[in-house]
Parts: sequence; C-alpha cells; structure tokens
Amino acid sequence: MNKNKETKRSRSQKSVAQPEISSPSSSSPLSAGAPAPDFTLRSTPDQNVSLREFRNRPVILAFYPADFSPVCGDEMALYNEILPEFSRFNAQLLGVSVDNIWSHLAFSRDRKLGFPLLSDFNPKGAVAREYGVYRQEDGMTERALFVIDGKGIIRWSYVSPMGVNPGANGILGALESLG
Amino acid sequence: MIKMTQIETAELTLPVSSERDHTLGSDTAPVTLVEYGDYECPYCGRAYPIIKRIHKHLGDNLRFVFRNFPITQSHPHAQHAAEAAEAAGAQNRFWEMHDHLYEHQQNLDDDNLMQYASVLGMDTARFGDELARHVYADRVREDFMSGIRSGVNGTPTFYINEIRYDYSWDEKTLLTAIEQILEDSSNHQSSKKKRATAGARRKMGKSRL
Repeated sequence: MNKNKETKRSRSQKSVAQPEISSPSSSSPLSAGAPAPDFTLRSTPDQNVSLREFRNRPVILAFYPADFSPVCGDEMALYNEILPEFSRFNAQLLGVSVDNIWSHLAFSRDRKLGFPLLSDFNPKGAVAREYGVYRQEDGMTERALFVIDGKGIIRWSYVSPMGVNPGANGILGALESLG
Repeated sequence: MIKMTQIETAELTLPVSSERDHTLGSDTAPVTLVEYGDYECPYCGRAYPIIKRIHKHLGDNLRFVFRNFPITQSHPHAQHAAEAAEAAGAQNRFWEMHDHLYEHQQNLDDDNLMQYASVLGMDTARFGDELARHVYADRVREDFMSGIRSGVNGTPTFYINEIRYDYSWDEKTLLTAIEQILEDSSNHQSSKKKRATAGARRKMGKSRL
C-alpha cells in the first residue's frame, strides 16, 4: 500500500514542469545552466575520481540513495546495460551515493557494473549538498540525475521521487540535445 | 531560476504492431497489455502465471504482448534465452518457448535451450544455427531500446493501452486496473452520460493514467 501511495505521489509530481523536492530540508537541486561544482571522491580504496578529469566530454552524474536495492534491474544495473548507448555520446557515467567504498565495491561486483561508483562518505554527503540533493532527514541523497557538458555546465537535471527509478530516457534525451 | 526539464517517460514509444510483435489474443481486443520482461528475472517468473490467469479471465477483451528486456549483467542467461524465444518465433513457436522458459527459469543454459527446442518439436538444426549466429540479437536489442525510450525502469514493466502501469502487479490489483479501463472504454462507447455517472471507481482509473 505504501508503495502505491508513493507512486501516486510521484505521478502527480511528474506532471508539473518544475518538480519540487519532497524533502523540505534539501536545498534546491542545481539546474540547467549552472556550473557543475568540481569534486574529488573515492572510487576504490586507493583511487580518486575528480569531475574535472572529464572536461571535453559529457558526464552523467547519477546520485542514488543506497547500494543494494532489492529489485532486478535497479537504477544502476539498468544504466549498466545501456553503457554502450552512453558511449555513443562519449559520455562518462558516474554513480554517487553516501555508502562507503567497501559497500560500493561489493555492490559493483555483485551487479558487474562497468562504471565507477563514487563514495560521498566523508564528510558525509558533502558533494550531494553542493548539488542540492542531500536529504538531511534520512542521511541519503535524492535519486537525482545531472547531465554535464564538456565545459562543466549542467545541461539537464532531474530529481525523481525516492521510490521511483527514473529510467534512462531522460538522460538519453539530454545527451541527444547536447548536439 | 532556470527551469528543470520535464521528462515524459510513461508512454510506449514503439506502438504495438501485430506484424512486429508477439501478440496473444485478438488484435481488436479493447485492452492491450505489454510486458517488458527478462526470462531469468525471478519477478517476471512470478508475474508469468498471474498474466496467464488474468488473460484466461478476460478472454477476448485482452491482447497480451511480450517484449524482451534482458538485464544481461545480472542475468547471464537472459540474452540467449531471449534470442531463443525469437528463434522459436521464427518457427511459429514463440509462445510455447516463452512459456517453457518461464516454467524452467532455473535451467537456461545453451544446452537447456537446445533441449527445449527439441521438446517443442522445432527444427533444432536451424534453431541451433540461428542461436550460434545470434540472428535475433538485433531484434532483442531493438525491444530493449524501445523499452528504455518508453521509460522501462526494471523488470517486469507493464503498459496498459500504451501507458506505463506503475502499480502493483499482484493479480487482484492488475486485474482491477484492466477491468476499470474496460469499463471506461465500454462506457465511452455507449454514451457520455454513462461516463459521467461511472463514479469514483472510474475516477480512480483515470488518476492511474
């Protein structure tokens, strides 16, 4: 029942042009036109990834609440399936959550993910806060997508209700419109 | 403030075609239910008998369509199983193979697939050759990408009359949703007055869309 309620809410949210963030404690997510804040986050126990490494190519920044959501084809597994489509745009996909790096490694191995998962773990959610997608009340990030162009400008962003996997259609549409 | 872009993900972007798609039931049925599914996905396996029962209950009022959405990294046999069903389709055995795969979800390696083709009385030489050459890989990918562009966000994802169905697909909920749409369409056809009096239940159906 709860799931149904949540989905209904999501549908009504979807019908408005400017989605409001369900969490009152989140600041507004950065939107198209804003420069994407640079960051450096762990991707493995001994490797870091910085946004600036991907200048001159599009970046898809996918914030998600937590590793190991219990469904087939969850958001990260779905994106993993369409990496070849993202590659057609020379785009780099980066997943971000507040999970620690060991959880990311286990999740990545389990789902055989072919893209980095970044750990926004310490200080917790610092990057998510900069993008306006940290949820103070439960300490997770929103389910939020940012498509950033090769010059480091956000060209598209979308915040999905927590219970709803946003799919990949919006990302592909945004990449296509980068031209 | 700059506007956030709205995404519309809830409609089927590749319309159902009786020539292209594998359909079960009448092309003139008032409701078409499309499933994007993966033969190795346990949730799809659970949905399989539910769809069967719903179809039996609704009879000619329902047309069912299955499209492939293999999550290959999580399900190592899903891609070949999907290609096997398409290869069976080329020998007019699509639904037999579809059912057989869901009834034997735990055994989907290539030897199993060959065995199923044999059980179903197919031309196994042709079937094996087409599987080996991945003749239907493009078709499976086309299904998959049509799903991506239609907002499929996991398996199974259903569309009722080309609108994504975002609610529980337990038997009672899904059947009720379809019946409400049937009721809507028959009310619509008979008279507008009836539509106006259809009441709260119809309204619920509307909000679902």
